[in-house]
Amino acid sequence: MYSDNILGFETIEKNLKALAFKRLIYSFISILAILFLLSSGLTIAEENNAGSFQRGLSKFFDYPVDLFKEAFESGWRWYAYVFKYLPDLISTINMAFFSTLFGAIFALLLSLFASKNLIKNQYIVTLSRRTMDILRSFPELVIAMIFLYLMGKSELPAVIAIVIHTSGALGKLFSEAIENADNKPIEGLQSCGASWWQRVRFAVIPQVVPLFISYTLLRLEINVRASTILGFVGAGGIGEALSAVIQFRYGDEIIAIMFLLVITIISLDYFSRFLRGRLIGDNK
Amino acid sequence: MLKIINISKYFDQVKAVNNVSINVENSSMIGIIGRSGAGKSTLLRTINRLTDATSGEILFQNQNILNFKKKDKLEWQKNCAMIFQQFNLVPRLDVLTNVMLGKLNEMSTVRASLKLFTSEERHSALNLLNKFGMMQTALQRAETLSGGQQQRVAICRAMMQDPKLILADEPIASLDPLNARLVMESLRKIHDEQNITVICNLHTLDTAKQYCDRIIGMQNGEIVFDDLPSKLTNQKAREIYGAEADEAFEGTMTSVSLESADIKKTA
Repeated sequence: MYSDNILGFETIEKNLKALAFKRLIYSFISILAILFLLSSGLTIAEENNAGSFQRGLSKFFDYPVDLFKEAFESGWRWYAYVFKYLPDLISTINMAFFSTLFGAIFALLLSLFASKNLIKNQYIVTLSRRTMDILRSFPELVIAMIFLYLMGKSELPAVIAIVIHTSGALGKLFSEAIENADNKPIEGLQSCGASWWQRVRFAVIPQVVPLFISYTLLRLEINVRASTILGFVGAGGIGEALSAVIQFRYGDEIIAIMFLLVITIISLDYFSRFLRGRLIGDNK
Repeated sequence: MLKIINISKYFDQVKAVNNVSINVENSSMIGIIGRSGAGKSTLLRTINRLTDATSGEILFQNQNILNFKKKDKLEWQKNCAMIFQQFNLVPRLDVLTNVMLGKLNEMSTVRASLKLFTSEERHSALNLLNKFGMMQTALQRAETLSGGQQQRVAICRAMMQDPKLILADEPIASLDPLNARLVMESLRKIHDEQNITVICNLHTLDTAKQYCDRIIGMQNGEIVFDDLPSKLTNQKAREIYGAEADEAFEGTMTSVSLESADIKKTA
């Protein structure tokens, strides 16, 4: 028995060494294969592209430089375009606000039914969770393109698309916040004879509202970007304007719109930090 | 008045409460003692209907409260106030609102949702806070208070319910000696002044002996002692507490008695 084991160990050792050698060779071959694929891919890209791949790569960096050159060719004149595109920006921000608000309301309703600590019926919880999964599994762009096709080019299809995605995405975060809420206040109110809704209203909502506000404000920022992008596929707003000027290569106008977008995102960030501070208070 | 008849509560195979019967004829202050896991909390939670009993009956004024459904159940919970070891206040709401939440059962959904408390409700809440020495904290958030203060606010909330019965689940287990004494005295005062039955789970023997008219000892979900505090011998108490006896007796050194002794000394 004992000697058998010794023999066993030796065989295992031999096998291990053979395996290690095989692994070394395989790694070597795969590295070679990857290198080959990469280099051949580059050559194919080089041959197939109208321009060469290398030139494309350098253009990638030239483009912004050119834009700035173009924009400042006539001095600070591009600045005037900021005001030209302000109404478009406002329309985009409106889209974002509107869809975030409605998305958050739907998310709140869904999240209450998707939280195990509030709903004892496992089927309702699972159903609400799967609903949220489905709602957020499609990117806004995909939903928006379908609705834009069905409803024609306007802001409404984009808003619907963002609402759908937002309610799914926020709903998941909301219900996780609810499930992490402290159960003691809920039980405390239950022992007083408070109804389900009263427990939600006074023991759950006060606990989760700071988190909900943070999540919603973050979502607002994301939705400003989303509604900009949806402009590219015909939802109006600053995205549509941007897509137009990019096609025409109006460097100064592109810079003006980019400037507007950056300013918007930065001020949203400040706004949300301010709002959060005011609503949550500075305890702890 | 309150009749608990053969109540059992099983969690799968574990018999948390096993065939417990308690008869309360007249209003009294009852202390339930026993080691951790003896079934004290589960018993109180079944009385309040936070947990459903597996079998048995609980009669209050000749009605089986275990049969209450929906509105009747909520109204029973309103009549049967509960105080918890961890206070169970809403930490982010102010003290005054926390106390007024005791009135939720009597409020319509709309009035509650919009926090429309009447001025009478505000007055009675403030009166209660004043009575228990918590008036100055009325507008503070509950989470900013110390444990003892929070427990007194919880008592105010319980009193706001106009309860017919008060259940206290280890009300002083997480408090320092001074606050433990304040809380126990408040409960005793409520019982003495308003003749409300108070059933109190206590971990330390001495507190139970000092404040209660009747002591019930529980062991493994069953009642092993039910009599006047004076009848509880040290040997019986040791038997009830088992391995935790030293701790429970030790508790007498750190909890209420030592403090009252100190105060007597300084007075």
